[in-house]
Amino acid sequence: MSAQSNYRDVFDATAHPDARKAWLPRMKIAAIEQFEALGFPTTRDEDWHFTSVSPIAERTFKPVRPSPSTLTAADLAPFTYGQSDWHLLVFVNGHYEPALSSFAQLDVDAQVMTFSEAFKEAPELLAERLGTLAPRTQAFTALNTAFMADGVVIRVPVDIALEAPVHILHLTDAHATNASQHPRTLVIAERGAQVTLVESFATIGGGTYFTNHVAEVIVGDGARVDHYKVQREGGAAYHVGTTQATQGRDSIYHSFSFATGAQLSRTNVYAKLLGENCEVRLNGLYALEEAQHADHQTFVEHIAPSCSSREVYKGILDGTSHGVFNGKVFVHPEAQKTDGKQTNKALLLSEGARVDSKPQLEIFADDVKCTHGATVGRLDDMALFYMKSRGIGADRARALLTYAFAAEVLELIELEPLKVALEALLFERFIPPDAA
Amino acid sequence: MSASIESLVNKEYQYGFVTDVESDRIPIGLTEETVRLISAKKREPEWLLDWRLKAFKRWQSMTEPTWPNVKYTAIDYQAQTYYSAPRSVKPLQSLEEVDPEILKTYEKLGISLNEQKRLSGVAVDAIFDSVSVGTTMKAELKKHGVIFCSFGEAVLDHPELIQKYLGSVVPYSDNFFAALNSAVFSDGSFVYIPKGVRCPLELSTYFRINAADTGQFERTLIVADEGASVSYLEGCTAPKRATNQLHAAVVEIVALDNAQVKYSTVQNWYAGDKDGVGGIYNFVTKRGKAFTNSKISWTQVETGSAITWKYPSVILQGDNSTGEFYSVAVVNNYQQADTGTKMIHIGRNTKSTIISKGISAGHGQNSYRGQVKVLPKAHGARNYTQCDSMLIGNQCGAHTFPYIEVANSTATLEHEASTSKIGEDQIFYCKQRGLNAEHAISLIVAGFCKEVFKELPMEFALEAQQLLGISLEGSVG
Repeated sequence: MSAQSNYRDVFDATAHPDARKAWLPRMKIAAIEQFEALGFPTTRDEDWHFTSVSPIAERTFKPVRPSPSTLTAADLAPFTYGQSDWHLLVFVNGHYEPALSSFAQLDVDAQVMTFSEAFKEAPELLAERLGTLAPRTQAFTALNTAFMADGVVIRVPVDIALEAPVHILHLTDAHATNASQHPRTLVIAERGAQVTLVESFATIGGGTYFTNHVAEVIVGDGARVDHYKVQREGGAAYHVGTTQATQGRDSIYHSFSFATGAQLSRTNVYAKLLGENCEVRLNGLYALEEAQHADHQTFVEHIAPSCSSREVYKGILDGTSHGVFNGKVFVHPEAQKTDGKQTNKALLLSEGARVDSKPQLEIFADDVKCTHGATVGRLDDMALFYMKSRGIGADRARALLTYAFAAEVLELIELEPLKVALEALLFERFIPPDAA
Repeated sequence: MSASIESLVNKEYQYGFVTDVESDRIPIGLTEETVRLISAKKREPEWLLDWRLKAFKRWQSMTEPTWPNVKYTAIDYQAQTYYSAPRSVKPLQSLEEVDPEILKTYEKLGISLNEQKRLSGVAVDAIFDSVSVGTTMKAELKKHGVIFCSFGEAVLDHPELIQKYLGSVVPYSDNFFAALNSAVFSDGSFVYIPKGVRCPLELSTYFRINAADTGQFERTLIVADEGASVSYLEGCTAPKRATNQLHAAVVEIVALDNAQVKYSTVQNWYAGDKDGVGGIYNFVTKRGKAFTNSKISWTQVETGSAITWKYPSVILQGDNSTGEFYSVAVVNNYQQADTGTKMIHIGRNTKSTIISKGISAGHGQNSYRGQVKVLPKAHGARNYTQCDSMLIGNQCGAHTFPYIEVANSTATLEHEASTSKIGEDQIFYCKQRGLNAEHAISLIVAGFCKEVFKELPMEFALEAQQLLGISLEGSVG
């Protein structure tokens, strides 16, 4: 494929300023070679059966070049959920903007830093941990590793709880048009540590660009990580994101994925339960319109016994949008006493919308309890009738029921300000003031 | 009461055998010559040979599917015999010649050979290796205009029907094994129910692979004309052999407007021994096409075969048509099953129901793979899917791969799946009431599968339940 070799050319043409830190260029070269070997997935790949990435594959999105940002704090306001006490790291077009960021002095012995800072302050941490989790067999992950320019490292030491959430805001503007960004996140929550992370992706002034994000989250024994991802990229954008978490014993990992943006998006959330008695929750909501395409893939790998996994994904599809969900729960032979539950619901609002759902159970242990449920349908006629009989107009009834369908899964968000902000966003979207 | 495969096969032999058998088998290997030879042996018309050759050409360009969740050593298609007719000179004369292991099984099932006489309500077209060896109750069926004969006879006697419907549901190019079958199929059954006729008998075919190293490639075609209805039973068995045998069958069902077809299978091919040696590779394509207001219902109880690869499907072509799939699949020892269904909703207000019960024991691996597809014009389509898996022992696996593809907003789909261990407290309760562990399991499993068993014709239901008990023998310490 010509597009792939183009990425190789782009890679070779890029100067690698970190050459002295020998492990990183080595890793990047290995990654671009890996990417070349894998090539972009096609719909013949089982994992990509319902999503064609040819719009991404058929062109070469060069990594966006750093340029001075013209954005001001006022431009950020719609994306910060009104929270000034959160640690805010702002990236514009994939490059860190200290002027816009406001992450205060950390009151505890934790580290929240960009990659460039990490190279100075904790190079061994990066060298040891970066790239250890992200699935190597995926082309997009390899591409991210090859081209990642900057990212965020969060390390929370033993038994420390980071009170304020960390918010990583990725903004793109017109400067990113026809280019790509490959942001990277590494979270290390050591034994008994706690941290809440919000990653937002948004666009100021649309344009076609490609975001290829990878997050690696190491949840130590007894640690807890709450991880929120809000994808509100512009309508012309492409977004591919992969989150891989590993969990030690007695740990908790909560992931919530909210997606309304991008013309084509793929969000992978993978959790490996390595220690006994873990809890993992993977929840998500996507709302699409027009010709948007959103694909969510989750993979919970029960490796150790006595873990529980809970999963609720909901989708609302309007226009001629296309939603895809693939949720896999894999139970290894040793993972006895596994308790897994997965629910996937899709609501079709319009004639042209379509959804493909593939909930999957692969179970190799016998003492388990695993279920999944999936539904696809339209709004309940009885519920609509009931509301109409109470004097609510058909449009408003429809709007209220649609909002209620979405709000149910937003209820699962424990970070209150984020929940309120996303609720408001959906309320505005589904319940226009004139729909009386 | 119970329709035993063995008794039926023996019955045919007791009453003598068809004589137009020319030779035992053709040399191993598969070339265009083989296809021509099979066709010639069956004195087939030119158009059928052409169809076979087209299928063979297509097959040569295809590769064996690797997506099923099963593992097996590669099949050498050149090391198989593609046609094998029973030796008319040496049929089994008495029970002593039957494999004692199989006899023991039937003893456990409580089937006496005399019971065949009580089967008078069932018309049987028994397939012994690849040739239909006899058909009973033809006269009664003829009275109603029902055609029930071997595929070979149908080609000669009713070529217009075969030409019209052969490959209309499963085209020869459909998949690797269907193409192979289309090229080399040896015999099978043909059923035609005329307009408005409710078939007076339950039709039944038993398949049996006898010779070693032969593949069995039977082909069944059932056509229910407008307003007709029929219930068709199929049972399969094979003797014990140390090598793996290939079985690639095709079943096509056409249900024209307002017709109803119910197809029930009890599949008990030899599953290999407890170490996974031998057993049948069962790669089957079964599909029905349902026209306006018609209904096709598949019920299957899969207890045998080393490997099962089978997805009885319904194309819901006509408005208001209905598809059903009820399945129990049991794997024990080293058996592997990748089975499920496809429901393709094309017409308006089409409805499908899928109930699948998988039971894994020993080192067995059981996968449910199902697709429910709602095409853009299928307004008001409705599907309910339930697939439950039960695990007995900690070496086995249960897997669920549903594909839900909806392109119409007025469709309503529900899918539920669960996997759990057999209830220890339930076993304890049964034991406390004086049942031993094996009985307890068989009782619990029967309860687990009740929703499917109740869809089976009575005599099959009883046999299926007992078969299940036998299949799971030794699965608990």
